[in-house]
Amino acid sequence: MAALTPISRKPLSMVLPTVAAAGGFLGMFVGAGQGSAFLGILIGAALMAGLAWVYITILDNERVARWITILGLGVIGLFFAGFTGMIVGLLAGWFFAFFIFWLYEGRYRQRLLPYLTGQQVFGHYFFRVICGAIFVFLITPILVVLPLSFNAQDFFTFTPEMLRLDPEGYSLKHYRDFFTNNEWQRSFKNSLIIAPIATVISVTLGTLAAIGLSQSHVPGRRAIMGILISPMIVPLIISATGMFFFYSDIGRFLEGTLGMDKNFVGYIKVVLAHAVLGIPFVIITVTATLVGFDQSLTRAAANMGAGPVRTFFKIQMPLILPGVISGGLFAFITSFDEVVVVLFVGSASQKTLPWQMFTGLREQISPTILAVATILVVISIALLATVELLRRRSERLRGLSPA
Amino acid sequence: MLVAPLLLFVLFSFIVPIASMLFRSVENGIVQDTLPLTVEALQNWDETTGELPDEAVYDAFVRDMIVAIDNKTHTRLGSRLNYEETGMSSMFRRSGRKLGKMDPETDGPFKDQVIEIHDGWGDPNTWAVIKTHSPAVTNGYFLNAVDMRRTPEGAQSQPEDKQILIKLFGRTLFMSLVITGSCILLAYPVSYLLANLPMRVSNLLMILVLLPFWTSLLVRTSAWKVMLQQQGVINETLVWLGLVADDARLVIINNQIGTIVAMTHILLPFMILPMYSVMQTIPPTYTRAAKSMGATNWTTFWRIYFPQSIPGIGAGSILVFILAIGYYITPEIVGGTKGVFISNRIAYHISSSLNWGLAAALGTILLAVVMLLYWCYDKIVGIDNVKLG
Amino acid sequence: MKVTKTTLLASAVAAVAGGAMAEEMTIVSWGGAYSKSQLKAYHEPYSEKTGVTILNDDSSAEAVAKLRAMNEAGNITWDVVDVVAADAIRLCDEGLAMEIDPEVHLAAAPDGTSAADDFGDMLVSECYIPTIVYSTTFGYRTDLVGDTPPTSVCAVFDTDAYPGKRALEKRPINNMEWALICDGVPKDQVYDVLETSEGQDQALAKLATIKDDVIWWSSGSDTPQLLADGEIVMGSTYNGRLFSLIEEQNQPVGMLWDAQVFDLDGFIIPAGLSEERQQRALDYIFFASDTQRLADQAKWISYGPARSSSAPLVSQHAELGIDMAPHMPTDPENAKNTFLYNFEFWADYRDDIDAKFQAWLAQ
Repeated sequence: MAALTPISRKPLSMVLPTVAAAGGFLGMFVGAGQGSAFLGILIGAALMAGLAWVYITILDNERVARWITILGLGVIGLFFAGFTGMIVGLLAGWFFAFFIFWLYEGRYRQRLLPYLTGQQVFGHYFFRVICGAIFVFLITPILVVLPLSFNAQDFFTFTPEMLRLDPEGYSLKHYRDFFTNNEWQRSFKNSLIIAPIATVISVTLGTLAAIGLSQSHVPGRRAIMGILISPMIVPLIISATGMFFFYSDIGRFLEGTLGMDKNFVGYIKVVLAHAVLGIPFVIITVTATLVGFDQSLTRAAANMGAGPVRTFFKIQMPLILPGVISGGLFAFITSFDEVVVVLFVGSASQKTLPWQMFTGLREQISPTILAVATILVVISIALLATVELLRRRSERLRGLSPA
Repeated sequence: MLVAPLLLFVLFSFIVPIASMLFRSVENGIVQDTLPLTVEALQNWDETTGELPDEAVYDAFVRDMIVAIDNKTHTRLGSRLNYEETGMSSMFRRSGRKLGKMDPETDGPFKDQVIEIHDGWGDPNTWAVIKTHSPAVTNGYFLNAVDMRRTPEGAQSQPEDKQILIKLFGRTLFMSLVITGSCILLAYPVSYLLANLPMRVSNLLMILVLLPFWTSLLVRTSAWKVMLQQQGVINETLVWLGLVADDARLVIINNQIGTIVAMTHILLPFMILPMYSVMQTIPPTYTRAAKSMGATNWTTFWRIYFPQSIPGIGAGSILVFILAIGYYITPEIVGGTKGVFISNRIAYHISSSLNWGLAAALGTILLAVVMLLYWCYDKIVGIDNVKLG
Repeated sequence: MKVTKTTLLASAVAAVAGGAMAEEMTIVSWGGAYSKSQLKAYHEPYSEKTGVTILNDDSSAEAVAKLRAMNEAGNITWDVVDVVAADAIRLCDEGLAMEIDPEVHLAAAPDGTSAADDFGDMLVSECYIPTIVYSTTFGYRTDLVGDTPPTSVCAVFDTDAYPGKRALEKRPINNMEWALICDGVPKDQVYDVLETSEGQDQALAKLATIKDDVIWWSSGSDTPQLLADGEIVMGSTYNGRLFSLIEEQNQPVGMLWDAQVFDLDGFIIPAGLSEERQQRALDYIFFASDTQRLADQAKWISYGPARSSSAPLVSQHAELGIDMAPHMPTDPENAKNTFLYNFEFWADYRDDIDAKFQAWLAQ
């Protein structure tokens, strides 16, 4: 679809009404805020249509027009609603400057197939706007969390100081609390110990089992699959109490009979419990990758004298790696975000981050939780970038060039 | 067998403990174990006559209680029976001290003395409750779980003002369906977009999908609280824009809307990821072929593209539905009174009322529903087609 | 990862080789500010005196279920558990907590009054040693109630004089009592009325008059957050939360002490500990529940000591330097009209009324 569609200027009869409609839409909000939505629609539509007419027929200089719009609307915003109004005005100005010329010059057709009808073009952008709205829905809670984590007060509240962008309203104290408070540090470390080990266990066992299951001669395949993914479907609170009994038996055996340290046993218990919870995700993802796996490759390797282990690591593993990694991510996040089971199976010295957050939410209101979340978001972005790099690497291995 | 180690691991560390946990829903040895002689003596008593049992029962009861008080198990029995008949708990607790001082050989006859200690023992209903709940295996918890109860006259429904569990089951299923539905609606366009954009762009957009997924559930739920409440971000913005009057702010939290919005957000990635991976495999040539043969946009989508994307919808739906049905932290925080799920009641009975039998019965029913769905799904789509990414 | 694993292993080996474990006990509590007050008032001086290391476990909210599971598994890892009175009674009934005789196991007051008399009515269960008296009471936004701040708990039911949302706990306890009091039932007859099905319906009918204006909370931090947001005009919560909201966070919130409901928080020892651990737990409780220790805790949090002999010793807040006595729920000025929570009643009726209450909520 890379082919450029030749574009041409559009008639005023099409540009002006569209711009007027958009202007009216914005005017409705502003007008409602100032008292009359109807007046707002009228003024907005007239103002924008007028601007578009002036720019197109008289000015005909895109850069100048852009600055006039941005600054003009910014000043109007400042005049009517202060600082925040100015920001809204500047943004609106930027949008309309872009929008008028985008329509007039016909740029919206540039990246589309030349034979599309007008209706299809409209559908295309309408679809994009809807998707954009869904992405906004997905991301807003995080956008709310970020500024609140810099709150100077100990509440999840946007204070008037924060809304005025007054530096007084912001502080780093919740970050300081996270980095200096022993409880937070200890639970963070515990999570960093428990989650990766649990992930490694569930990925290893899960991958093996998925490979085993993908061979066609396994008897009772569906039943086994059902058993293996059952940790995902039992309500967590039931799993937690049930698992407590098993793991306290295991704990007693390891401590009493083998004489292991209490703390160490505690970690083993939580790690194993989390590994079980992560297994369904690994099984499901790896099985899915194996569906498309060409078994003749392993036969070919065996033909050429490679042993099963060598075949697995050299042939099968690199090919199913994306599935394994994404299963691993699910397993990791299951352990890293799990609070119900660890409350039961773990003891104080295995307190994980979600546990600490849970106590924090219940016992004190502290945006430290939000600070932690922000830090984790940053770490996640780094991790996701790594995964993306890994994925591209694996595609190179498969001989596919990244599209 | 490569499957064996994991299968054994899951079997022993998960299936067996869960099964024994769920077995509590029928287990009821406590009455027989604590009052063995009384239970035996009560066999000869006809509870339908409305008369008190005879001296033999009271004599057996005193003997049983002396042993039980020695082992401190009488209060435990009291709290077990209190689930069935309010007031039993304090009856056993208060009678304990005085009954323990009696001597079964010399102090008889006991009937009047025992009734003297607590007049509850002079109520035939008390003995009827003990007799009704004496079998070692009971269907009582399951009856309770469907708003019925075990009485001397057989299973009866609970008084109307205490019927809540069936309603909660219904609501859990209904809300999970709504959440699954809204996830499908929101995930479909996004997955389509992601699957049809160039890989580099779609991977960037994918970060927007995965970021919330990576953020702690507790944090996201709190964030929704900040957004949805009456002085929250959404209402403040709407009031600032003038779309909503200051005294008519939207009520979108502490009700079903709150739960649906927050849980849709939390579970949306579980829908997008499987859909995306299925849509990625749909060759674009098919739709082009259809169009070149003169099909309209709608026909192309509905007859060609949509059928091929069904496995993704199926996989996502089953995941989201199963996960939704078992949630309890999010509904607890944003659900108010009308947005809570059956899992909230399970959690209450596990951690607050200690009525584990009822919790296990509720859990078993919930599990049976999920299994049924899983089975249907497997029949219709096949579990191998579940793809997560 | 490798490093961590090796250190863990090393510590495991060291512990085994060392043979005798350092004396250690796990004390379970609520976390947050409350655990901090216990750490300062009890744990630190006790460790200093005896050399016992104290591990803090913030699991009190799950204590009842977890103790039961531990008891059934025969593997009890906790030594002392801090729970509210209702939970203590339930644990005692279930045989999960050990009986403690105050005459034998607790210190007498400095003037020689026996522990049993010093605690008096606060000893609501044979297994339970209360340490603090807290109350559930109402806080209100001073800027949302106009010129006439509420003086009676019945303001909660008066949506004409005080429009806006109010927060109540999502359980029948306390709410049913308040509803009956404000429906004209004399205070001393509340539980007699509540025992009957009609009385329960009466309470629910009174609550129904404000049902649409109520936000139901389930964790102790909800009401303070809702008050700080201005989301509610008034709400019930623990008095210590309101103290911190008003005095530490300087929020525009006032306190309504009328018809506050006293409740207790304190220690139990799980049943079935080994002789040695039981002795250590009893020794800790002997230390932590003496007159001075209970008074010390009030330096850190505004809950009243459960012993009457501790009350005169309550001093100033350790960080803010304000006098704590006027902030105690037990202070005579605050306790003019209090309501005694009937533990026995709720131990019997909790499940029954809870089912009714939840069904009513779901309507």
